Amino acid sequence: MTLWKRLFTNNSAPQARERLQILLSHERQVLGGEDLLSSLREDILAAVAKRVPCERDSVKVRLERGAPMSVLEIEVEIRGNVDLGMTKAA
Amino acid sequence: MAKIITVTSGKGGVGKTTTTAALGAALARTGDKVVVVDFDVGLRNLDLIMGAERRVVYDFVNVIQGDARLPQALIKDKRLESLFLLPASQTRDKDALTEEGVDKVIEDLSRHFDWVICDSPAGIERGATLAMRHADIAVVVTNPEVSSVRDSDRIVGILDSKTLKAERGETVDKRLLLTRYDAARAARGDMLKTEDVLEILSLPLLGIVPESPDVLKASNYGVPVSIHDPDSAPARAYNDAARRLKGEEIAMDVPKQKLGLFSKFLRRAA
Repeated sequence: MTLWKRLFTNNSAPQARERLQILLSHERQVLGGEDLLSSLREDILAAVAKRVPCERDSVKVRLERGAPMSVLEIEVEIRGNVDLGMTKAA
Repeated sequence: MAKIITVTSGKGGVGKTTTTAALGAALARTGDKVVVVDFDVGLRNLDLIMGAERRVVYDFVNVIQGDARLPQALIKDKRLESLFLLPASQTRDKDALTEEGVDKVIEDLSRHFDWVICDSPAGIERGATLAMRHADIAVVVTNPEVSSVRDSDRIVGILDSKTLKAERGETVDKRLLLTRYDAARAARGDMLKTEDVLEILSLPLLGIVPESPDVLKASNYGVPVSIHDPDSAPARAYNDAARRLKGEEIAMDVPKQKLGLFSKFLRRAA
């Protein structure tokens, strides 16, 4: 809303509308993203745990959002030295 | 099997309990068997709005804990044959409602009623998620005001993730009920218009309940507003909304107060 409009009209509803639209588009992204990350984390945990013993807390999933591209960072800690021979056996 | 409706909003004080009582009475008036269930443990008020506060003997928590049977806790409405109330408990123990307990009670109720209407507590804590768990239809009560619209948006997200329907990969049928609406202020640009709220929340509209002194008056008497003075503007809005819930197609408008000759004269004189 331009300064002109703000000074010369006393309609407050357009302000409310604009603020809500901006706020909610942001909140939907963040809160929706939370759900996406937690389901990704569950999927990764299930996939890794099928091959290597792995605890729930040792899977970390982070999402760095950027304009040209976003980076999904996955870190899985596994106790001890992983025996690579396991992949052949499985 | 009953249709299960959850009346929810996130924000407090927007009219969830008023709406639960009004829709319950409006549906019961058409002859359907209706039970309204208060999920606000510790802060029950549906009993008061329904005018049944002095007849509460057993409550929801008593039934879950096995201290009473469900029929003992149900209170029959004084005015409508087919309307019943299951009051919440006034205990301060927040965990008194258990998931299994609620499942069992809702299952029993839905075998005997056409409509089970769950009055959700404000917030997004346990009580609110338990109230929405079984919902087929969620009535999202919203005031045309920024904080209420924001909280409704949050509740919509939770309805899409934390209900039994969501867990089964289905979606809850969500409807917006706009309350405390002042058409004159919206026309002047001082209040969000219906179209604004609909566009922001993108939910189908169940009804528009105008701001009206009749709502407070009905609560003073302990009578659901939809049956207190059926010609009043909020009563007509709630009765229309109830018919829409039953699948009838009714043109959407903001019911206006019908003025008698005398008040028309007074208004002109003022």
